[in-house]
Amino acid sequence: MSTATLPETPTSLERGRRRAPVRRARLRRIPGTFLIALLVAIEVLPLLWLLMNSFKSQDEFLNAPTWALPRALNFQNYADAWVTGNIGHYLLNSVLAVFPALFLMLVLGVAAGFVLEVMVFRGRGGILLLFLAGIMVPGQMILLPLFSVYFQAGLTGSLWPLIITYTATGLPLTVFMMATYFRAIPREVFEASTLDGASIFRSFRAVALPMARNSIVTVGLVQFFFFWNDLLIALTFTNSSQLRTVQVGLLNFTGQFGATQYGPLFAAICINVFGILAIYLVLNQRIMAGLASGAVKG
Amino acid sequence: MHKVLGDKRAIALLLGPALVVYSLVMLIPVVWSLGYTLFEGNAISGFEYVGVDNLARLFSDPRVGEALRFTLLYAVIITAGQVLLGYLLALFYVFVLRNRGSVVRTLVFFPVIIPTVAVALMFQKLFEIAPQTGPVNGILNLLGVESIDWFGNPVSAIVVLVIMDLWRSMGFYAVLLYTGLLDIPDDIMESARLDGATGFRLVRSIVLPLSLPVLLSSIIFSINGTLKVFDSIVALTNGGPGTASTPLTLYMFQTSFSYGEYGYGASIALLLTMLCLIVTVFIFRSSRRDVTKG
Repeated sequence: MSTATLPETPTSLERGRRRAPVRRARLRRIPGTFLIALLVAIEVLPLLWLLMNSFKSQDEFLNAPTWALPRALNFQNYADAWVTGNIGHYLLNSVLAVFPALFLMLVLGVAAGFVLEVMVFRGRGGILLLFLAGIMVPGQMILLPLFSVYFQAGLTGSLWPLIITYTATGLPLTVFMMATYFRAIPREVFEASTLDGASIFRSFRAVALPMARNSIVTVGLVQFFFFWNDLLIALTFTNSSQLRTVQVGLLNFTGQFGATQYGPLFAAICINVFGILAIYLVLNQRIMAGLASGAVKG
Repeated sequence: MHKVLGDKRAIALLLGPALVVYSLVMLIPVVWSLGYTLFEGNAISGFEYVGVDNLARLFSDPRVGEALRFTLLYAVIITAGQVLLGYLLALFYVFVLRNRGSVVRTLVFFPVIIPTVAVALMFQKLFEIAPQTGPVNGILNLLGVESIDWFGNPVSAIVVLVIMDLWRSMGFYAVLLYTGLLDIPDDIMESARLDGATGFRLVRSIVLPLSLPVLLSSIIFSINGTLKVFDSIVALTNGGPGTASTPLTLYMFQTSFSYGEYGYGASIALLLTMLCLIVTVFIFRSSRRDVTKG
């Protein structure tokens, strides 16, 4: 390491001088490599520990150090979490609430974004601003009236409150993002299709939708995570344990077993984390770009 | 042309449904919620007019003061931490990793999309003291330090909360600020380098001023999110120990749904909304003044 600076025989000094730039570049890379390793450790170790723990028996939790490897690759915890812990049922609830909401929100939001950006009429800017204002309003501001209405309408025993509320709370960001995407399509495209005799519905379906397909998928993906990870709305409108989404179920998970059963709890967390990871492995670039573009609205 | 692109019937059909749903589920409830501040009661027992009692109570309730203080403390700490860590990571991506960093960026971003409840339960277990000694206390024990009951006292509980939220969100701000840094024109960086600016000086005199706009939007986005924090606190500490980590959002939720006081809950929600509005406008104003002053 220090040969380059030590006074030695001329030959080695010469060799040292020749090698110095290479070595210095390599030396300079050491802090970088160390930082990368540190960063990777901070991200990966907790998740690895999580996975490891999902295979341990209750006895191992109480009597072995927490970083000991599991004695066997035991999937019993997953079975317990799925059946006794009801995680399977909660996942189904989440799917039944999130996907219809996602679909409704995209249908409404994409059409609205199209109108607000492509079509010409008075009050366009005002309506866009009205949608934008919704991004800032905290969920707490609308929960109470909605709860009263859902209660009066007898919807509280179903997943409808979640579907309706998700659809509406997702609209502002969807409309805003779609309007931004449609702005990027040259107006001449729509003027040309109009001159060719297409009605506006046909322009929307045959021109705008195919051109915006990528953006629609991105918006859908971003909103999927907002809905899927939501706790506030799900906690407010799921009053029976039958209706719990996966997040609410996980929050109340320990209650399912009486005393804390470590194994099933870790298995339940793992199902939640590594299910998302599977999506992320395929779509990570899109998710990162989508979430970042959703934030610039700030 | 104008007839087609300005077709009233088409506008109504395409925009109408979204506007109706949005108005019914968001706009009207906001106004309705304002109305609730004048009443007390709940959906099950009915309501009673109380005038400005709820709003007056906001100013005399010590728990509102406590929750407000905690909300602001949390927002300031987390916003500063998120943006600072995110910025350092973004600089790291640009200057150290350069183009090879895609895998690292992707990895550090992953916690952003993990459900908060799962992350919070994981951190509960990481910092657990009994019956099982968690890894963090395990390491402390190895170093000869006694286990700490992290969730037993306010300061350490908030420390865990801060660590968790930064772990969760730093990758997001890193990517956000990274894209901002990539927008800095190469020729400006190049000419600064030719003028002899390197390392810290390059960052301070060239990179930092040029990335101010994206830093500002990160701060606004972050503070808007942190003022509304709910998930991570409910799942990690549930406001405890005692009420030490209860923000306005959670206090509103408890008031409304545990005590059934919708009127007072709506008043707290109003306070929260005003807070978000004032803080955002304040940051906008102060930043604009700075820009004009140069």
